Amino acid sequence: MTDPIVRIEKLKIALPEGADRPYAVDRCSFDLFPGKILCVVGESGSGKSMSANALMGLLPEGVHVSDGRIRLGERDLVGLTDEEMRDLRGRRVAMIFQEPLSALNPLMRIEDQIAEVFEAHGLLKPAERKKRAVELLTEVGLPDPARAARAYPHQLSGGQRQRVVIAMALALEPEVLVADEPTTALDVTTQAQILELIRTLQVERNMAVMFITHDFGVVAEIADHVTVMQLGKIVEEGPAATVLSNPQHPYTRKLIDAIPKLRAGRAAAPARETLMEVKGVSKTYRSGGGLFRPVREVHAVKDINLTIGRGETIGIVGESGSGKSSFGRCLVRLQDTDQGQILLGDQDITKAQGKELQELRAKVQMIFQDPYSSLNPRIRVGRTIADGPIAHGTPVDQAMAEADALLERVGLPGAGKRYPHEFSGGQRQRIGIARALALKPQVIVADEAVSALDVSIQAQVLELLDELKRELDLSLVFITHDLRVAAQICDRVMVMQKGECVEIGPGSQVFDNPSHPYTRSLIEAIPGKDWDAEAA
Amino acid sequence: MLRFILGRMVKIALILLAITILNFCLIHMAPGDPALVMAGEAGDADPKFIEDLRAQFGLDKPFIVQLWTYVSHFATGDLGFSYRQQMPVSELILDRLPATLLLSISAFVISLVLGVVAGVIAAARQGKASDSIISTIALLFYATPLFWMALMAVLLFSVQLGWMPAFGYETAASDFTGLTRILDIAHHLILPAVVLGLFFMATYVRITRASMLEVNRLDFVKTARAKGLKPSVIQRRHVLRNAILPVVTLAGLHAGQLVGGAVLIETVFAWPGIGRLMFEALQSRDYNVLLGVFTVSAALVLMFNLITDFTYRIVDPRIRLK
Amino acid sequence: MSNFWTTFKGNKGAVVGLVILAIVLLASIFAPMLYTTSPWDMVNMPFMAPGVDSSVPLGTDTLGRDIAAGLAHGAYISLLVGFVSTIVSLCIGIPLGAAAGYFGGWVDDVLMRITEFFQVIPSFAFAIVLVAIFEPSITSMIVAIAVVSWPPVARLLRGEVMSLKHREFIEAAELSGQSGFTIITRQILPNTISPVIVLASMMVATAILTESALSFMGLGDPNVMSWGYIIGAGRTVLQQAWWISFFPGVAILLTVLAFNLIGEGLNDALNPRLAKRRG
Repeated sequence: MTDPIVRIEKLKIALPEGADRPYAVDRCSFDLFPGKILCVVGESGSGKSMSANALMGLLPEGVHVSDGRIRLGERDLVGLTDEEMRDLRGRRVAMIFQEPLSALNPLMRIEDQIAEVFEAHGLLKPAERKKRAVELLTEVGLPDPARAARAYPHQLSGGQRQRVVIAMALALEPEVLVADEPTTALDVTTQAQILELIRTLQVERNMAVMFITHDFGVVAEIADHVTVMQLGKIVEEGPAATVLSNPQHPYTRKLIDAIPKLRAGRAAAPARETLMEVKGVSKTYRSGGGLFRPVREVHAVKDINLTIGRGETIGIVGESGSGKSSFGRCLVRLQDTDQGQILLGDQDITKAQGKELQELRAKVQMIFQDPYSSLNPRIRVGRTIADGPIAHGTPVDQAMAEADALLERVGLPGAGKRYPHEFSGGQRQRIGIARALALKPQVIVADEAVSALDVSIQAQVLELLDELKRELDLSLVFITHDLRVAAQICDRVMVMQKGECVEIGPGSQVFDNPSHPYTRSLIEAIPGKDWDAEAA
Repeated sequence: MLRFILGRMVKIALILLAITILNFCLIHMAPGDPALVMAGEAGDADPKFIEDLRAQFGLDKPFIVQLWTYVSHFATGDLGFSYRQQMPVSELILDRLPATLLLSISAFVISLVLGVVAGVIAAARQGKASDSIISTIALLFYATPLFWMALMAVLLFSVQLGWMPAFGYETAASDFTGLTRILDIAHHLILPAVVLGLFFMATYVRITRASMLEVNRLDFVKTARAKGLKPSVIQRRHVLRNAILPVVTLAGLHAGQLVGGAVLIETVFAWPGIGRLMFEALQSRDYNVLLGVFTVSAALVLMFNLITDFTYRIVDPRIRLK
Repeated sequence: MSNFWTTFKGNKGAVVGLVILAIVLLASIFAPMLYTTSPWDMVNMPFMAPGVDSSVPLGTDTLGRDIAAGLAHGAYISLLVGFVSTIVSLCIGIPLGAAAGYFGGWVDDVLMRITEFFQVIPSFAFAIVLVAIFEPSITSMIVAIAVVSWPPVARLLRGEVMSLKHREFIEAAELSGQSGFTIITRQILPNTISPVIVLASMMVATAILTESALSFMGLGDPNVMSWGYIIGAGRTVLQQAWWISFFPGVAILLTVLAFNLIGEGLNDALNPRLAKRRG
């Protein structure tokens, strides 16, 4: 084996006083080898990003390396002056970031931002820099690179911007690339393309890559070597194949077990009577218009038909912009529809008004995506849950007592008197579930309800949801971008693309034998699916 | 771009129309006979003026006809007649406008340049002594009544030190011409323009500093650092350019206050602009002049807003290329 | 809440502001007891310089009136106009902004056009016109200041409400069957209180500045003694008697400064994101 290009030895990164622990990273060691990808895996707060930033010399203010070495070749980066570190950044070590939307200066053309890399290190003449920019954009596979070079960031999509950031990182042919969750913010098909791109470029250039991720699927897709971190410490490391197939540490095992497997989790439940019926629902957004502007139309939801049986779980799957969330919002009438009917019994929720709407909505409740914005920060959680029944005429005392009972049911006994900021993301999501149950609904629409959670918490919340569903005989409409989650819990799955339903059927059929090319491409793009197949 | 300008022109015209209607309503809501209000103090002196006014503005006709007459007078640039000064209001204002423009534009440039520079320095040295000094000075100027600062400046620089003339636009009866005259005006201009500018400088310091610190936290600044760019280049090219956007917005919002400040400054320094004209009109209860100046100053603010919006579109491609 | 006080107390400027405000408040409360005679009465020789006679520590004006008495009585007017006009403009701005933000669509269009209109009108010139036409008095002054200063409140509220409206907890409240009124008053408005309080304290400062400027221009209530009026009255004799204009200006400066400092302290304490940065 060749020598490592980067050796990190017993690295300690101190957090400012008053943080939840003294060290973000505590005596961690790992090596990066040319032509190899090291994945550093962990949940939020594990210290994985901090170690990446330390390697770049880009630690946030107040955080510093207190001990250990970071060797790049023969040099120790710890203790270099700002000047010396600046010379290395971009030239020998480069970085790509999580949020492609905010990683580029909105006021500068793409070519100028790439040209800056050369300028920073005093390379090439201005005209050559721009020429190189176009070449680099070609290399990272941007369609029409000459035009992209002249564009501003807001004119490109998320995936395209991430390609620009990669082009920028590659400009000076660095030996080491640090990638901090570079695909987390992207759709699954875009993610697959970017992973592929990173893999190809890394092999071509014999680069060492440090790839930070929380997703074992991604690890299975690209890692040569894996380091698992928990609360600032390394708990397990080894070749990717070994760690994935035979994890030693309980934490690693827990993380891997928590990942939903990509195969239908259950046989479709026997069909029961129809509870809700969606007939030809469409929703078009119109923007602009006015004296001097043309109207722009986006067909968010286009002629969707669906029946939801009692006790059934239906998954609605799609990428961003597929209209899955718009459709979910139509179901609870947070969104008015343009056409079609959504029938609950003989009542149409799309037409209901006033009292009738209030009563219909009690039967169809929603669980929201973002645990941090779904609870009013100024109202005690017990009251938040009780607010619904109170609005429907339940006496306050009784509603509060019911709220306490519900909190206990979702595993948070005695939480009613506390405020939302006292709870973690997973706990808040449980509170959100309790609130949705307070009105004793028949159908629950869960809009990306577990997407914001770490994978181990995600598993617990999914389990709770499943238990409650069975206990209360609820129907569940589960909207998600994550095919693994859908596969695990859904009886039937509907795949949406650009507002249309492209495929609908039992989970086993959609996942094991997809009929539509788009469904196939979605499944194809899931990171780590081959690993899944092996594990199966 | 043409569409943008055209749209804004329509909007400006509508706002001016609304202001005219507002003026009309104010005259009618004022205690007393509208004709007397319009005539101002002159009304006491000569009943004939009142009769003329009644006929001219149809004050005995139905309300809506009166409104129409009033608006059509304004629309043709006829802002009424100052019985006090025996001159059409529009001529009075046009006569005084250049002095006000000179004063406000100088003050604006002073405040913007000083404010942005000081704000950038304060942000770069956040938490250090120079930051505290700049922020404290800004805080003090921000709390100082403009007219009082003007009086104290006169007391110090004109009365005590004798460096600057205490009032006026140029040395009276000096018959300076050419460059000497320009220098003479500049000498008179310094004190009022700086005093007016300092107040607004304080707001620009505060917003520039806050905005620089805010932008410094954004992801693309980290990208720039990862490229190995020098901190000075990052601050200038990435941070300042983004941080200046709220300053432009604020400058637009402050146009109205700048005009208001000019009224006070011109009053103290006897600067012969429309602000001083407004003060004189107040003294003599010359309502036509008062409303005329009000309308014209609103028009000035609208023009200034148009310019800042235009600047914003040039600086920010997200708006330009929507 | 204890958290709030710790942060607020940690901000030295805010504490200084509170102390100054307390002094001005005390002055306005005890002025009638300290100076039992009217501040308009002649108590000593005209043009008495400060420090010469201990009964008039800050000197007298052109008519022999006590400057210190004028300052004490003026404090009441400044605070009164500052507070009342701010409350009035909050009463205009909050409902308009909340309605525009919550209902959106044409309601928003109409209300925002109106707000924009009042915002582009040069506010001080408009205030002058209003007071001049409706005859100078405390009431006309308060009304004029309120009329020119509500647009920022409406815009702030609209922005806050619009961003809150799409928060999931508001949508959840809608789904749980709460009425529009309940949602606005119980779910939305309590979450806008912090920025409104901060803005309000800055508005009091601006209102005091505007009041003094109007009084300085001779548009004050002719029956009440105010700081701006004293400065205006002393203006023509600036060279002979600087103190007449000087002391009231310092009083205005300190009072306005106090409100601005308190506003910043509140902002740090109520807006944790910024507070952390200062840390």
